[in-house]
Amino acid sequence: MIKVTIDGRDIEVKEETTILNAARELGIKIPTLCYSEFLEPYAVCRICLCEVVRGKRSRLVTACNYPLRDASVSILTNSARVRNLRKLNLELLLAQAPAAKIVQDLAAEYGVTKTRFPIKNPDEKCILCGLCVQVCENLVGAGAIGFSSRGSKREVSTPWGVEPETCILCGACAHFCPTGHIVMTEEADERILHSELTLGPNAAISIPFRQAIPNVPRIDVEHCIHFKTGGCELCSKVCPKDCIDYQMKDEIEDIDVGAIVVATGFQDFDPTPLKQYGYGKYANVLSSIEFEQMNNAASPTGGAIVLENGEEPRSVAILHCIGSRDENNHKYCSRVCCMYALKFAHLIKEKTTAEVYQLYIDMRAFGKGYEEFYHRLLEEGVNVIRGKGAEIAPIGGKFGEEGLLVRCEDTLISKFREIPVDMVVLCTALEARDDSADLARKLNISKGADGWFIEAHPKLAPVSTTTDGVFLAGVCQGPKDIPDAVAQGTAAAGQAMKLMTVGELFLDAAYAAITDEICSGCRICNGLCPYNAISFLEDKKVSEVNAAMCKACGTCAAACPSGAITARHFTDDQIYAQIEAIFA
Amino acid sequence: MPKPKLAVYWAASCGGCDIAILDIEDKILAVADFFDLCLWPCAADFKYADVRAMDDKSITLTLFNGAIRNSENYEIARLLRGKSVVLAAFGSCATEGGIPGLANLTGKEAILDYVYIKSPSTVNPDKIYPQPRCKVPEGEIYIPEMWNTVRALHQVIDVDYIIPGCPPQSDQIAAVVGAVIDILSTGKPLPPKGTVLGASEKSCCDECPRKRDVKKITKFRRPFEGPTDPDICLMEQGLVCLGPATRSGCGAKCVSAGMPCRGCYSLPANVRDQGAKMVSALASVVDSTDPTEIDRIIATIPDPVGTFYRFSLAESFLRRKQA
Amino acid sequence: MDFEPKILGLLCNWCSYTGADLAGTARMKYPPNVYTVRVMCSGRVDPGFILDAMRAGADGVLVCGCHPGDCHYVEGNYKCLRRIPLTKKLLEGFGIDPRRLRLEWVSASEGGRFKEVVTEFTEQIRALGPLKLNDWAFAEQPLEVHEAA
Repeated sequence: MIKVTIDGRDIEVKEETTILNAARELGIKIPTLCYSEFLEPYAVCRICLCEVVRGKRSRLVTACNYPLRDASVSILTNSARVRNLRKLNLELLLAQAPAAKIVQDLAAEYGVTKTRFPIKNPDEKCILCGLCVQVCENLVGAGAIGFSSRGSKREVSTPWGVEPETCILCGACAHFCPTGHIVMTEEADERILHSELTLGPNAAISIPFRQAIPNVPRIDVEHCIHFKTGGCELCSKVCPKDCIDYQMKDEIEDIDVGAIVVATGFQDFDPTPLKQYGYGKYANVLSSIEFEQMNNAASPTGGAIVLENGEEPRSVAILHCIGSRDENNHKYCSRVCCMYALKFAHLIKEKTTAEVYQLYIDMRAFGKGYEEFYHRLLEEGVNVIRGKGAEIAPIGGKFGEEGLLVRCEDTLISKFREIPVDMVVLCTALEARDDSADLARKLNISKGADGWFIEAHPKLAPVSTTTDGVFLAGVCQGPKDIPDAVAQGTAAAGQAMKLMTVGELFLDAAYAAITDEICSGCRICNGLCPYNAISFLEDKKVSEVNAAMCKACGTCAAACPSGAITARHFTDDQIYAQIEAIFA
Repeated sequence: MPKPKLAVYWAASCGGCDIAILDIEDKILAVADFFDLCLWPCAADFKYADVRAMDDKSITLTLFNGAIRNSENYEIARLLRGKSVVLAAFGSCATEGGIPGLANLTGKEAILDYVYIKSPSTVNPDKIYPQPRCKVPEGEIYIPEMWNTVRALHQVIDVDYIIPGCPPQSDQIAAVVGAVIDILSTGKPLPPKGTVLGASEKSCCDECPRKRDVKKITKFRRPFEGPTDPDICLMEQGLVCLGPATRSGCGAKCVSAGMPCRGCYSLPANVRDQGAKMVSALASVVDSTDPTEIDRIIATIPDPVGTFYRFSLAESFLRRKQA
Repeated sequence: MDFEPKILGLLCNWCSYTGADLAGTARMKYPPNVYTVRVMCSGRVDPGFILDAMRAGADGVLVCGCHPGDCHYVEGNYKCLRRIPLTKKLLEGFGIDPRRLRLEWVSASEGGRFKEVVTEFTEQIRALGPLKLNDWAFAEQPLEVHEAA
């Protein structure tokens, strides 16, 4: 540690600390333009000049890269000499980059309003600080930009001025550019496309979603610069706790558990094949989840309900039962749509002045407080039409280019209706996930014809499955709303807890047993048990069934050539007796 | 006190069982000493009429070998049942039909047709078949009538004990006979009716000296298709060995000599149908989950019924080939 | 009188029995000719059950299990898959049309499929006619005993 004096104030710092950092520790501001704490000091802007006084001698140095090595110096960061030189440098920078606001502001701070030097380009913003070059080369590792030419012709450019192949469009150069000379531009259409709205993160390192557990950031290796070029590592530089570990790999862990709660939920029915609704064809036909995302305060629209062109809709139709209660798709009722459709209507009424039309088959307000909510919506002036939306067509001319026409039969007045709207929300069915069959196979549980997992008993064992220790919660077992899902989830957790807390297993009375006196150890059964419940006792030369592992399929009993294995509760005697009874 | 009477009878059989009895060597002298032989067609000249003349239950022990193939077999079986205190089915044929039972894969007519017309060594241009009854100048004569279906002894009469094997092993016979003599001389209680004598509850594998492991079969082969490893389970080498579904008691002589078990020592106590059980066991260890591949592997078993029911066809669920 | 086949149905507990149950609760109509015996798994099906049923008077046997890969017991149905072809060979050897034995996969959700399988199999057995086991009853045999002259 050495002791130095900066602007008359003493400070003790480690050797090799730069003047800039020592001054910052004291809260003394030294202006910089080309300095970044994440990069090696380049010391080209010459704005951070300071005076180093040793005895009677003083010299000018750049604070950003001047290391303090002995205690006998005092630093002046704002002496008249320093200020004069900064002014001169600012004049030079003003001549180089007259359009750079940060230079203009700094110059104004120092009372410099004009430059004596010739201005080459009044629109120039680049001060040739080299931050961008250094970032691209040293941090990102792409090396896509660099300095070209020398002297007065020096400039930042890509090699030969063409689009470099090594650029990964990371935008780091623009981020580091102090003057705004480098900017990222969006070349695509900038309209809001509802179908592309997501709530997801957009940085390569982020907390995946708000309620993520554990609630820590993770790196998206597909988009992280470090994993593309080996460079950057900026996040690890800023992390005060050294938590960033680039060596971590995705790991597949085997976890031994005593119970499994399946809560895999559902997937949205894709309404695209239902051509009559024009989903995917008309930009203002949204699926319910898209509408819900737009409504979210964290959405790109900030929760505003807007059309694709950014305007507020004048009228919105909400179509129930898209894919549900439909002979051609899912025959079942998705159960949650009526109520969220009413919620949508309520939100539209709250946020906009739009007319809302609900097109329903039956209004299923089955839950606690639901019917009351329905009546409240009626009072809010939501138009409810009993009739399924039949078709959506574009309207030309009269109602504007973007308008949509919803055709339906209003069955209460027995009239065919055409309703002009700006936006349509399709209440799509909840359907079983595509991978439910895989999961069912893995967990040895059954799924019904409609894809939902089947509970062991609809009334007596509603969260259990046919496999011990596997429980169901939520929509994966069948469409249900949040209160029901929570109730079922709690029940499933309870069942799982019950298994774990007891600490003992109650075995089914049905299992296979081997009679030692008959078994001769032929070992035919040994390879047949999928649960490895059969072992061969080398000393006794007989096979043995571990009753705790046996699941009572009886395959070994059927295969046992000497009749030594008894499938308890499904014995040969019992089955032959049944056959005899049937045909006698 | 008169000596207890012993009868040995052969129905549809090859005579091997009688030879096996003689094979007990010098113990036969003890038998002759202890018993009064009253019927043994293979060894001595007795007449049925003598037996008929005896009082009911006057024969202490009858060892009945051979299947029931014709009316004479049945007639004598009934006769001996009536005259005997204890009647034991002796050997595979009496126990479960045995090799003669394989005739159930065809029928009486087909057999007669082959034997009296079609067999290469037969000259019978007038197609003369044996007739059960025939008038000759001296009167009517008859020969036993052949049945369409071969039966095990217990299917036609009540049987007390079973001594399986083709033939029963001599040491087992000696042991059984010794035990019987012991029981009769000391007045000990008889074993419960239906007991299988001279064999154990376990299967042939129990006596098999070969090393056994988990089985996975990708191809079945027959004994003549090359040598086998002398130390490893024959089934693991793809041979159809009926040992696992056959009682032990034989001393596993065949398998020790490299021949797969043919199943002569009858089916184990808890098994109802030896062939079906063996099919179940063997098919279970076929190493494939592809139907085409399974068919290919199974096709390498020639004559499944003849193989799996070599001795037990007459005693199986279906007992014979249907029309 | 018309021939009404009697068919033994050996159904696995988890898929086919449940599928049959579904056909019932869904009020599907199918022939009443199949008499079901529940086993835990099609792997429990011993060829002996099949032969015994035919001995006892079944005109056909229908074995149903979970679809391959979907077995509740992982692979019990594969054991059944291996036994059935060999059992069919036995049936052939016994002079019984192997079409009287059928293995079908019916999942718990396939009530409709169960109905179809049963309907079709019943019709097939009806077409094949009754399974008559000839020469079965011992009473057919002549019991005459001849006294020696």
